[in-house]
Amino acid sequence: MKFGVIVFPGSNCDEDLYYVLKHHMQQEVVKLWHKDRDLQNCDFIFLPGGFSYGDYLRSGAIARFSPIMENVFNHAEKGGFVMGICNGFQILTEAHLLPGALLHNDNRKFICKNVFLKAEHNHSLITSKLDLQKAYQIPIAHGEGRFYADNNTLQELNANGQILFRYCDAQGNVSEASNANGSLQNIAGVCNKSKNVFGMMPHPERAADTLLSNTDGRALFQSIIEMVEA
Amino acid sequence: MIDNTITTLETAKKLGLLEEEFEKIKIILGRIPNFTELSIFSVMWSEHCSYKNSITWLKKLPKDSPRMLAKAGEENAGLVDIGDGLACSFKIESHNHPSALEPYQGAATGVGGINRDIFTMGARPIALLNSLRFGNLKLDKTKWLIKGVVKGIGDYGNAFGIPTVGGEVYFDDCYNVNPLVNAFSAGIVAIGKTASATSYGVGNPVFIVGSATGKDGIHGAAFASKDISEDSVNDLPAVQVGDPFQEKLLLEATLEIIGKGSVIGIQDMGAAGIICSTSEMSAKGEHGMDIWLDKVPTRQANMKPFEILLSESQERMLIVVEKGKEKEIQAIFDKWDLNCAQIGVVTDTKRLHFYMNNELAADVPAIDLVLGGGAPVYQREYTEPAYYKEFKKFDLNSIDTTQDYKAIASFLLKQPNIASKRWIYEQYDSMVGTANTNTNSPSDASIVNVKGTDKSIVITVDCNSRYVNADPEEGCAIAVAEAARNIVCSGGEPVAITNCLNFGNPYNPEVYWQFVGAIKGMKKACEKFSTPVTGGNVSFYNQSSYEGPVFPTPTIGMLGLMDDPTNRMTMNFKKEGDLIYLIGESKNDISSSEYLYGYLGIKASTSPFFDLDKEFDVQNTVAEIIKKKLIASAHDISEGGLFVTLAESAMASKLGFEITTDKNFRKDAYLFGEAQSRVVVSISAEMQTEFEKILQDRNTPFSKLGSVVACDFIIDGEKFSNTNESALAYNNVLHELLEQ
Repeated sequence: MKFGVIVFPGSNCDEDLYYVLKHHMQQEVVKLWHKDRDLQNCDFIFLPGGFSYGDYLRSGAIARFSPIMENVFNHAEKGGFVMGICNGFQILTEAHLLPGALLHNDNRKFICKNVFLKAEHNHSLITSKLDLQKAYQIPIAHGEGRFYADNNTLQELNANGQILFRYCDAQGNVSEASNANGSLQNIAGVCNKSKNVFGMMPHPERAADTLLSNTDGRALFQSIIEMVEA
Repeated sequence: MIDNTITTLETAKKLGLLEEEFEKIKIILGRIPNFTELSIFSVMWSEHCSYKNSITWLKKLPKDSPRMLAKAGEENAGLVDIGDGLACSFKIESHNHPSALEPYQGAATGVGGINRDIFTMGARPIALLNSLRFGNLKLDKTKWLIKGVVKGIGDYGNAFGIPTVGGEVYFDDCYNVNPLVNAFSAGIVAIGKTASATSYGVGNPVFIVGSATGKDGIHGAAFASKDISEDSVNDLPAVQVGDPFQEKLLLEATLEIIGKGSVIGIQDMGAAGIICSTSEMSAKGEHGMDIWLDKVPTRQANMKPFEILLSESQERMLIVVEKGKEKEIQAIFDKWDLNCAQIGVVTDTKRLHFYMNNELAADVPAIDLVLGGGAPVYQREYTEPAYYKEFKKFDLNSIDTTQDYKAIASFLLKQPNIASKRWIYEQYDSMVGTANTNTNSPSDASIVNVKGTDKSIVITVDCNSRYVNADPEEGCAIAVAEAARNIVCSGGEPVAITNCLNFGNPYNPEVYWQFVGAIKGMKKACEKFSTPVTGGNVSFYNQSSYEGPVFPTPTIGMLGLMDDPTNRMTMNFKKEGDLIYLIGESKNDISSSEYLYGYLGIKASTSPFFDLDKEFDVQNTVAEIIKKKLIASAHDISEGGLFVTLAESAMASKLGFEITTDKNFRKDAYLFGEAQSRVVVSISAEMQTEFEKILQDRNTPFSKLGSVVACDFIIDGEKFSNTNESALAYNNVLHELLEQ
């Protein structure tokens, strides 16, 4: 399993993700420059958080046109794994590799804090090894993270098992009070229909180091690694 | 066509120069300056760039320690050896005047500027702090200012991708017109991979890189060197506009070119733009430059020479590289899609020649523009203000001893100066970089891991300006002591400071007396804690024409080190049944406390009790018991006194406390007084004997207060409140004041 982390101009969580994959998860990982086209035979492509191109137009709206994205489309089409975290998720929705859109938070402010997530099912690479009863503490840090999709899309997402995570409270209750940013149906992460492209707003890479007193995020990376190796 | 109009004293005065300064310029040049040259002198000799009214006193501060790798003021930021071949570069800087006029851009560009100072040194920033002062929160203007400043800091730092890991915010009427916005950044660099703000080597090319140059921020340094008045709105074009995306690219490109080893010198463009970088680098390297202003990438056509020279457009750097390396620098900046233009060459003339389309627009000697060279140095007069002796007359016995303690406790937890700053800090990305330990486990200072090592830097910004106003010397010594105390309580060792000296108009002898007092206090405290001054920033003229000067606010940014991560100490209680101790002496003292000032409304009192030697002893004792792994939490006593300290340690863990007060003291002073040099610790019951023995052996005063309980605040058997209710109030005060 070889991971690639794309570096767009303005990416700022690329190094954190690279560090976690390499040092905490002991995986083979390379950084991929947005102007290149070569995916360097990576099996799993990450689009990291940050503010690609400053996010001045609309989050992720410009990065989807980066030269490397052409081969990310091809990789996904062939069933290769692609995952976007935060700004990466925004880029994947702008690129229509994932459904829905990410709008301004309902309080109109940037929010950085710990939130809790509940995995919806075990039928995806990311959630395969997660405990469905557990509330995972994973931080968010975004200004535009309110998941939105039209009613038909929402119904399809629910019916197809495309919803990966919902915001919940520390006890695992999914409620309006535990909705971090006003996302429809508390949705924090989704995948495409064929379950090889994933996106989530919270940052599991920020919850993977014992020195930071929270390692709940490791379970997500562990799911990926164990499933692929199995 | 160059405007070579001969200037007059009247023009000089309009640009903020004094008559004697105009005379001095004529002597330096041997002729009357043209307008471009006069503009150059006016910004370079402004307070902001020249430190002309402060340098005499700044030189008295301690600057040496074996860890210092750069002398204060000689580089863009301080540089401290942190061992294992690494150095930490750190600095604090003010952006008060622009933030008073345009809070969002003013604060944003403050964050941008301080970070450029760090990465110009070759260091990658890893943590940001800020120190903010606002006026009365009930005023609409204050709400507008704080919302703008917080969003400005957040938007810039968040996009730039460096975490904001801590800070401080105070409110007082004295900041109604003139808020203070001080931004701190710290970065890490391998020793030997640093860059310097110098220029030498005849024929070496001079490049400008980063954003194009526009008309924003012209005369910004001069604007920052006068009082805020009704006319200040006319200075709005003096406020710069920030672009964190460009800054992020500039960071990566700059570190890449410095890493190549062919950079002779580099300096960011902050105050006074191109003229400041060219003159300071040339003066330091004892060379000259020929600069072709028409080669500078500009945002608009037909910019005049003085506009290009003085523009404070953000996200720009001046770089001198070895001749022959032109293609190397060009390739790196092309990769990051940034401007990179050669605008001149290094000469042996020691003069700066600025050309516009081959016509000489200005010809000035570099050394005469800069601090330590020809820039003027003034000794200002100072006189003790009348209020100082009045404040000293405060008599504790004039305060009734029968108070409603529960009401005071409840009031204090909701005081904006004390209440949670959650509304603010949740707008800042505190976790990017995955090195800040404080978001999940809070300490008195911020602990940021240096990746790839076991080390952490432990950093804090501190200044209670009410104490400094009451007694500048003692108050400023307290600011240094509190910073050191916060670092020690977090498990770190204090190493060095940077300072941001925010004062009123230095030509007012009473303001200058405050400045002199603060420097004296800083000197004695820095000597005591062996924390030399690595540099910083002076911001005078923080006053309005109708509300007078702000409180003297010498903000201390302190760097500490922690080599062993197992020494990390947090401020929250850990479990029911743990014993709570006070280390240090209780005092019958409520001077300058939130209780006296805010609750009782008595503004005139001196600074709280403080003894530097006792403080040092308490800190050494706390350091020892942390290293011996005897305690479970440590939290210093500051605003709101013992009660607030206990409440904060309890609320952070959703626990409570039960304590007994000491009848030898007034109960109000015991619970709410702000006498210094005190720390509240909690320990596991089984550690009691060993803990007490060490304190006795060290002769450090201590007393047992009580224990950690489930969910109530209980004092002398009386329930003051419930943890959840208190936390709800404490956490939501700012939200309620700002969102309604």
